[in-house]
Amino acid sequence: MSTKPKIPTIWDIPREELFAPGHRMCQGCGAAILMRHITKALGKDAIIVEATGCVEVTTTVYPQTAWKHPWLHIAFENAAAGASGVEAAIKALKRKGVIPKDKKVKVVAIGGDGGTFDIGLQALSGMLERGHNVLYIVYDNEAYMNTGIQRSGATPYKAWTTTTPVGKVWRGEWRPKKDIMGIVLAHRVPYAATVNPAYITDLYMKVRKAVEIEGPTFIHAFSPCTPGWRIDPALTVTVARLAVQTGVWINYEVENGEFRVTTPVSRRKPVRDYLKLQGRFRHLTEEEIAEIQRMVDEEVERINRLVGKTVIGPVVK
Amino acid sequence: MAGKKKLPLSGNTAIAYAAKAADVDVISAYPITPQTTIVEKLAEFVANGELNAEVIHVESEHSALSAAVGASAAGARVFTASSSQGIALMYEIMFIASSMRLPIVMAMATRALSAPINIWNDHGDFMAASDTGWVMMMAHTNQEAHDDVILAYKIAEHPDVLLPVITAIDGYFMSHTIEPVEPIEREEALKFIPKKVTWRVLDPDNPVTMGPLGTPEWYYEFKRQQHEAMKKAREVFDEATKEFEKTFGRNYEPVEYFMMDDAEYALVAMGSVAGNVKAYIVREARKRGIKLGLIRVKLFRPFPAEEIAEVISNLKAVGVIDRALAFGSSYGGPLYGDTLSAAYIRGIDTPIVNFVAGLGGRPVTFHDIKTMVDATLALDGKTRKDVPKEPYFIGVRE
Ligand SMILES: Cc1ncc(C[n+]2csc(CCOP(=O)(O)OP(=O)(O)O)c2C)c(N)n1
Ligand code: SF4
Ligand SMILES: [Mg+2]
Repeated sequence: MSTKPKIPTIWDIPREELFAPGHRMCQGCGAAILMRHITKALGKDAIIVEATGCVEVTTTVYPQTAWKHPWLHIAFENAAAGASGVEAAIKALKRKGVIPKDKKVKVVAIGGDGGTFDIGLQALSGMLERGHNVLYIVYDNEAYMNTGIQRSGATPYKAWTTTTPVGKVWRGEWRPKKDIMGIVLAHRVPYAATVNPAYITDLYMKVRKAVEIEGPTFIHAFSPCTPGWRIDPALTVTVARLAVQTGVWINYEVENGEFRVTTPVSRRKPVRDYLKLQGRFRHLTEEEIAEIQRMVDEEVERINRLVGKTVIGPVVK
Repeated sequence: MAGKKKLPLSGNTAIAYAAKAADVDVISAYPITPQTTIVEKLAEFVANGELNAEVIHVESEHSALSAAVGASAAGARVFTASSSQGIALMYEIMFIASSMRLPIVMAMATRALSAPINIWNDHGDFMAASDTGWVMMMAHTNQEAHDDVILAYKIAEHPDVLLPVITAIDGYFMSHTIEPVEPIEREEALKFIPKKVTWRVLDPDNPVTMGPLGTPEWYYEFKRQQHEAMKKAREVFDEATKEFEKTFGRNYEPVEYFMMDDAEYALVAMGSVAGNVKAYIVREARKRGIKLGLIRVKLFRPFPAEEIAEVISNLKAVGVIDRALAFGSSYGGPLYGDTLSAAYIRGIDTPIVNFVAGLGGRPVTFHDIKTMVDATLALDGKTRKDVPKEPYFIGVRE
């Protein structure tokens, strides 16, 4: 049974900032919005373990830090392993009476798509399979942004990146995005969800849930990147919202195997509306856009089948 | 003073007993021969309720050390163990563990590095770790292997040091060989190494950022401090071994001297091969009137350069046995490199020659030791200019 807490409104989101301004993230960075609201939703009683990547390098330029949480960065591929260690330590120290038994601490790992889908996948799988009480959050900006926009397993079909350039032979990335949620759910975790920075109350509710649930939980966060996606910094939230409105991104959660779309879309916008705002898709031909539309339609159909009714509607021009 | 009861323990089991006595909170390790039985034994202790610890069944050595870093950063006393390919896979995180100044203790049952894959003993893995910023010790009896783990926590957790420590033994020759060991009991161990968190930890009530980005404006200072911590580790090693002797009655020095009082020649060695050399000295060399001694290096990082140079300065010739190769280096074996520079910087002219032996578990026989001794004696009356520029490859088929 899925627990259905009161749907939070924007007024439920704490005013207290736990992610300080003055970091070096780009103007309009989707991950910056995510971090601000994730930390609010976590509340103070959390320890964050971060993978190498954009968020890490831009928020902890010694001797400054944007984090009001205890925060640990070890390397690129091991946020899940590091978090496993922190969690195990807390467990042992509580059992031995070194840390008070009732002290509330949630361990949260945060990694980029590269650090999660690719190089960190093994550590993530280990952490999930062993059942650590850790919330893992991937902010997915669909490429290795920190090193200059190289493709990752999360890069979408046809997207330009610096390692899938558009040339006479290549037309951007030619493989579809890896299904990280499918991989995570295959570990039978008690809770996994997708979130999007244009839907903050949905994000807030899901992070709260993921924190409260005992055991490994997972959140896949959509994370527009202004230089990487070649978008106007003013349009980050617009692009994020369009991703949901076009069905490119679907907000859902899976709680104890029960699947629920949290942001139903009765009438979808065409994917073109989403693609045309982004320079990384500038090279697409009409046929290529139509192909991407077909791929999105198929995924929407699959989700509707899973739910058993039409939660994501047809494209209406 | 400690109880006198001895148990027949393999090197690995002796290490596991010590980790138990140290009341480690988190064990994070991955199986690899010849280390595996250390973590098997520890799992057994935890399974039987003899040790109250979290065992993290990690999916790789990379994660083993990453989780160890996380656990140590959260304030736990952490133990891990590995060998060979496992050490190679940990390599990235070894630098991070030492740079983050986390007092993790890792036991190493040394083994050759692939390729070709080989589970037998040499020091390839140990030497590969030599510049990772860990304090490194190598034992040559199972008792010493046991005691080293206790000493390791004493050094690692000292507030002036805060560095991770490797305690090594030779794979198979020690890891799987049984010797009488007097185990230190938990109570006496915890008097010697009380559970006290001397480092910064992750705590929501006192948040800190660990592992930040260090720009060129700051990075260098971090490294300089690590260098200082390593020097401190030497001072603390000396204090710790003195206190250890007072408490447990066993004396350890950074360098063990065997029949060196009147020696004119010496072999320098580490690990189990030192035992063979000792036997050769007693049974062969001394009987033939050759004034041969042994310099066994126990503490490898920080390298006891002063002591080694001092003792070498009075000798006619010295041979260094390396159980690893530094490919393409100007010297040959890594232990030779350190010994040579210790002597050179101090203007010592004693001829020092290098022997590479026992790679990938090739036995180092009495005959091999004789060959090495003969080649060392041949440098009598010579200077360092006369030393062969290539190491002798002992026991290899050319
Ligand atoms: C072992 C290792 N390989 C490569 C790198 C270089 N590197 C640092 S961050 C990064 C990409 C990060 O991509 P992602 O996880 O998607 O995070 P983002 O920067 O996009 O936020 C790479 C390749 C590294 N730090 N460590
Ligand atoms: S490159 Fe992209 S992900 Fe990185 S800080 Fe800038 S906007 Fe954010
Ligand atoms: Mg990325």
